[in-house]
Amino acid sequence: MRRIRIIPTLLMDQGKLVKTTSFRNPGYVGDPINALRIFNEKEVDEICVLDIMASRRGTPPDLNYLRNLTSECFMPLAYGGGITTLTQASEIFKAGVEKLIFGTAAMKQPDLVQSVAEKFGAQAVVGSLDLRKDWLGRQRAYVTSGTTSTGKDPVEWAQHLQSLGAGEILLQHIDREGSLAGFDLGLIRAVCEAVRIPVIASGGASGLGDFLSAVQAGASAVAAGHYFVYKGPHKAVLITYPAPADLMDQIYMKL
Amino acid sequence: MITIVDYGIGNVASIQNMLQRVGVNSVCSCDPNVILEATKLILPGVGAFDAAMDRLNELALTEVIRRYAGTGKPLLGICLGAQLLMEGSEEGKASGIGLLKGTCRLFRDIHPLRVPHMSWSEVAVNRPHPLFRTEEYHPRFYFVHSYYIDCADPQDALATAVYGHPFTAAVSRAQIWGVQFHPEKSHKFGFALLRNFAEA
Repeated sequence: MRRIRIIPTLLMDQGKLVKTTSFRNPGYVGDPINALRIFNEKEVDEICVLDIMASRRGTPPDLNYLRNLTSECFMPLAYGGGITTLTQASEIFKAGVEKLIFGTAAMKQPDLVQSVAEKFGAQAVVGSLDLRKDWLGRQRAYVTSGTTSTGKDPVEWAQHLQSLGAGEILLQHIDREGSLAGFDLGLIRAVCEAVRIPVIASGGASGLGDFLSAVQAGASAVAAGHYFVYKGPHKAVLITYPAPADLMDQIYMKL
Repeated sequence: MITIVDYGIGNVASIQNMLQRVGVNSVCSCDPNVILEATKLILPGVGAFDAAMDRLNELALTEVIRRYAGTGKPLLGICLGAQLLMEGSEEGKASGIGLLKGTCRLFRDIHPLRVPHMSWSEVAVNRPHPLFRTEEYHPRFYFVHSYYIDCADPQDALATAVYGHPFTAAVSRAQIWGVQFHPEKSHKFGFALLRNFAEA
């Protein structure tokens, strides 16, 4: 028996909770603070909040907004989006966030990621590894909400993130995001074998069976968006989380 | 009123948020007088052992915390704060506060598990204790750590969790208590534990 972390990813844009498909077409889902309250009640393992447009717009993190979030969040919280200075990072930690997620900075300001890891510890730094196929059909790591290619393949970029001092990797499969097509298990296997830090698999989950497969492929934790905020083919908004007994029977007891 | 040692190491805001939700007033301070006069003290901490001890020593708080503990008032170390109660750690060279005998050891040979241990784990309490005076039979808590406490006196080990092998998840000797996990991030289980601490 082994417990693994099952992490809802909340996407934010200008203070609203949204959901995308393959990082595009954000649809309005609701109020993030309300969603957090519901997730608290459901005893969720951890929450990941990403401001999806912050890096593209060049807007700094909204500290007051983050303070509102943390005052309602009694589980571990990771935040990513638009962090460009060590001062911002300090302020976000002070606001009560446990972990910072770096994507764009790992390409444009690797020193920043390193400094945060040195000052606050590796456990406080998550490297975001966002993958999609480029125009030649090669799988490449992207930054700035999937718009800028790093030119590196997943394994190389995972090792780069580890070398910057990240304590874990959030492996997001852009092409599968919101697709409910299941995880790319070959990708998870390749990345997990290439690094020694924990990997969180994300992108494509449609149910508990997918979570189990991802962990069996080497992931230490799993994250999903669609699965936790939508229900049914018409994408009715329903904030949900599996019952502890289902997690125990269908995942933990099988590990 | 609970006093939280604010020495720049650790997520003080999260602890205050949860105490506020539990309905307990708290104050953060690094002033020796405030700490000595506290009725209950929390020592938080995340990050590296030596960095935290260096900071406590710079602020001349190591001896202050020893004196506080000597008064017999309750002290709760959280995560690295619990490890600092020990004599030292494999993680660094600095001496700990040394209120409890023993050291902190790195998780090794726990394949396929990875270090740090970053997950929720169930905690088995070894004996009745005010901190775990709770209706939950199997409390579970959120852990983030690469090192675990190894008590020289088995009597000091209060609770056990498993990551590859069993390890000490909470320590207690008289009114000196420490938890390796993060109650402030462990929703209802954390509420119960911090409420128990407030009422102890």
